Amino acid sequence: MSQHAEPVLFQHGDRVTVRCAHPPGHVRTPTYVRGHSGVIERLCGAYPNPEELAYARSGLPAQPLYRVRFRQADLWVDYAGGASDTVDVEIFQHWLQPTGVNNGGASRRS
Amino acid sequence: MAGHQDEADAHQHPTRADPDTPLTYFQRMEVAVRELLIEKGILTADQVRQQVEDMDSRTPARGAAVVARAWSDLAFHDLLLADANTALESMGVDRGPYKLVVVENTPDVHNVIVCTLCSCYPRWLLGLPPDWYKSRNYRSRMVREPRAVLREFGLDLPQSTTVRVHDSTADMRYLVLPMRPPGTDAWQEQELAALVSRDAMVGVAVCAPR
Repeated sequence: MSQHAEPVLFQHGDRVTVRCAHPPGHVRTPTYVRGHSGVIERLCGAYPNPEELAYARSGLPAQPLYRVRFRQADLWVDYAGGASDTVDVEIFQHWLQPTGVNNGGASRRS
Repeated sequence: MAGHQDEADAHQHPTRADPDTPLTYFQRMEVAVRELLIEKGILTADQVRQQVEDMDSRTPARGAAVVARAWSDLAFHDLLLADANTALESMGVDRGPYKLVVVENTPDVHNVIVCTLCSCYPRWLLGLPPDWYKSRNYRSRMVREPRAVLREFGLDLPQSTTVRVHDSTADMRYLVLPMRPPGTDAWQEQELAALVSRDAMVGVAVCAPR
């Protein structure tokens, strides 16, 4: 990516928590992972922020985009599958915090 | 259609109503934007038609050729997992407009792709996504109860297999590299490609000799 990008804050294996926020607009962070914690599976690169692009703005500086791996058992209280089942979700850096930082109230969804 | 007219009297089945309902908001928007682009000379009607034709000409055969190459050529397999777009280019396949992530099935791990937010799909490799992929049912349930959804597709995985769902929410596109069916060691790439279905590359099925 040659375009101006935000510095990368997380590395493979880091434990991160998705911000529990509900802003209006074109948000690419699925509701079912907000407030939940997972592990950085990989850095995908830096991409213009879709929340800005959707309104004809540049989306710059580009946001680092990660694949975050969540344990299904952490997302759903009654998950009917193996304990090692996971879901990997692409999440932009501005939605992530290091786990342990107050994120405004994580809650398990059923 | 020849003879249809002659058989008009004998030809009796319930007619299916033409969908003569008014255009939706977004259909009107599409027509308006398309007509404006043509009127302003930015695109021609023929270019629009050609794009639609190109879109319809992409089929899962492209993805199947990539999978068969990965099964046959270890160096290509490793490059495909490390840098899929470069791997595509190396075999003369369109590297595509998005970064491709290839996820490999093993005896212990089964991968499956969904886009919960819309219908992101590696169209340049698989063509247009099937209707079920775009349905709210698939999109909402694949992340919530993937094993139940896979069973409905006829794929009953043991609890010991890790099910790894990939939600295509942003700028990546995904392709599942299925497991090579047993008993195909001597098969040529082209024969192997015939075993690779669209559904296996989305992860709702596995490959088996037919």
